[in-house]
Amino acid sequence: MKYLCLVYLEEQKLHAVADSECFACGEAFRSSGALVAAEALQPIETATTVRVRNGKLTITDGPFAETKEQLAGFYLLDARDLNEAIQMAAKIPPAREGSIEVRPVRDLDVGSAAT
Amino acid sequence: MSATNPVRETLNAIYQSDSRRVLATLIRLLGDFDAAEEALHDAFRAALEQWPRQGVPANPRAWLVSAGRFKAIDGLRRRKRFDALDESGHAAEIAVHDTAAWADAESVEDDRLRLIFTCCHPALAPDAQVALTLREVCGLTTEEIAHAFLTPAPTLAQRIVRAKAKIRDARIPYQVPTPAELPERLDAVLRVVYLVFNEGYTASSGATVTRHDLSGEAIRLGRVLVELLPAPEAVGLLALMLLHESRRTARTSPSGEVILLDDQDRSLWNRDLITEGTRLVRQALSSRAFGPYSIQAAISSLHAEAPNAAATDWIEIVGLYDVLLQMGATPVIELNRAVAVAMRDDPTAGLVLIDAILARGELRDYRFAHAARAELCRRLGKTTEARTSFERALSLTRQEPERRFLERRLADLNQG
Repeated sequence: MKYLCLVYLEEQKLHAVADSECFACGEAFRSSGALVAAEALQPIETATTVRVRNGKLTITDGPFAETKEQLAGFYLLDARDLNEAIQMAAKIPPAREGSIEVRPVRDLDVGSAAT
Repeated sequence: MSATNPVRETLNAIYQSDSRRVLATLIRLLGDFDAAEEALHDAFRAALEQWPRQGVPANPRAWLVSAGRFKAIDGLRRRKRFDALDESGHAAEIAVHDTAAWADAESVEDDRLRLIFTCCHPALAPDAQVALTLREVCGLTTEEIAHAFLTPAPTLAQRIVRAKAKIRDARIPYQVPTPAELPERLDAVLRVVYLVFNEGYTASSGATVTRHDLSGEAIRLGRVLVELLPAPEAVGLLALMLLHESRRTARTSPSGEVILLDDQDRSLWNRDLITEGTRLVRQALSSRAFGPYSIQAAISSLHAEAPNAAATDWIEIVGLYDVLLQMGATPVIELNRAVAVAMRDDPTAGLVLIDAILARGELRDYRFAHAARAELCRRLGKTTEARTSFERALSLTRQEPERRFLERRLADLNQG
């Protein structure tokens, strides 16, 4: 099962963990076969929110809600179950500075629509 | 008198003693809480039909597991035929291929632990852990739990549904934690058990002081835990609950009024519970791996052994509070220590400590801090200060007997 580990950090802590340490963490996940993908993100000021309402596209600056912590990056990991995913998330270096949200990935239910 | 009655009685007794074990094994075999609950009901229904004719099987629990599993697989197969795209066919295959696992005595014993640890998984919200544990491990109905926690039944049902959905969708494993995970995970289980006990013992709101059923469930749960996993803190928590429980009849008057520890009729204390609790305290402390529950139980056992408040070993009690503070300081422990210091030395020494805690602001809204301060002021003859503190405690209590107790204390002050 795949789990998306979302890394949240307060703005002033975005660089509290060295990039090299985060890279090494990703490489460790890769060599154990758990890594599906991992990226760091540009700060929240670069974010654009896209919405479609009644067929009309609206674009707004920034994220939908102002929060103290912002999404700083993610690791998409393959884990046996939530316990294993939690143990891997605990190894992500920014867990010490911010928080890691662990979300199971959902398979899109396209089978019934296709038939 | 119908001939089926003895069988029905046997079946009722087996439901009481074994339905949770059967459920725990069925959850492992079927990989799903709801399917397991349905299978459990089907199994008991099948027993009710078949046992009067065929006799009670030699191993009723194995029979019920087997019947429940068969019914579930049968149901899944039938559903699969009607709905070729149904993903649950996967679970049916697992169940079909797992032929002998359920008969293995060790894994069947482990199933109860698996169930407890899954219901108390820290990834579930704390109130959901409590609700799920009472529902699945203790077998209480949703209505019973809702009543005990003064929560609307639909809210509670929703809480349980959400917790089960998270177990399924986030794939919380049905496992006993690994040794590395165990200390933290056991803490979570003990927290749930103690929360249930306290909700029954000192209900935070409502008309009666105790809701006995919850305390009883928590003690039963504590016993199961000690039987399955005799970790020092599990033993310590059971001891603590038994020692508290031993004072149940003494801590309220027949009319439901609160009676403080010092004023309780100690002949009403349940000696059997004290003997068992004290033995468990010794067992926990001798392990040298004990924690806060064992220390609190040790404090409780010192009270239990004393013939009256004055003859209590307050030096030892203050020492135990010091150990407790070293393990993790909380203002409530500091407050309890201050009350013990007042008994060991004099009320002024305790009052100085309580005022220092209140000055930090942490317990400003904690009714027991103000009530304790009021008592010490009363003993020191500081009537005006005592009145102010009693009134503050009174404004913070939401519990009827406590309110009456504080009002009585205030009235006594005015008379004196």
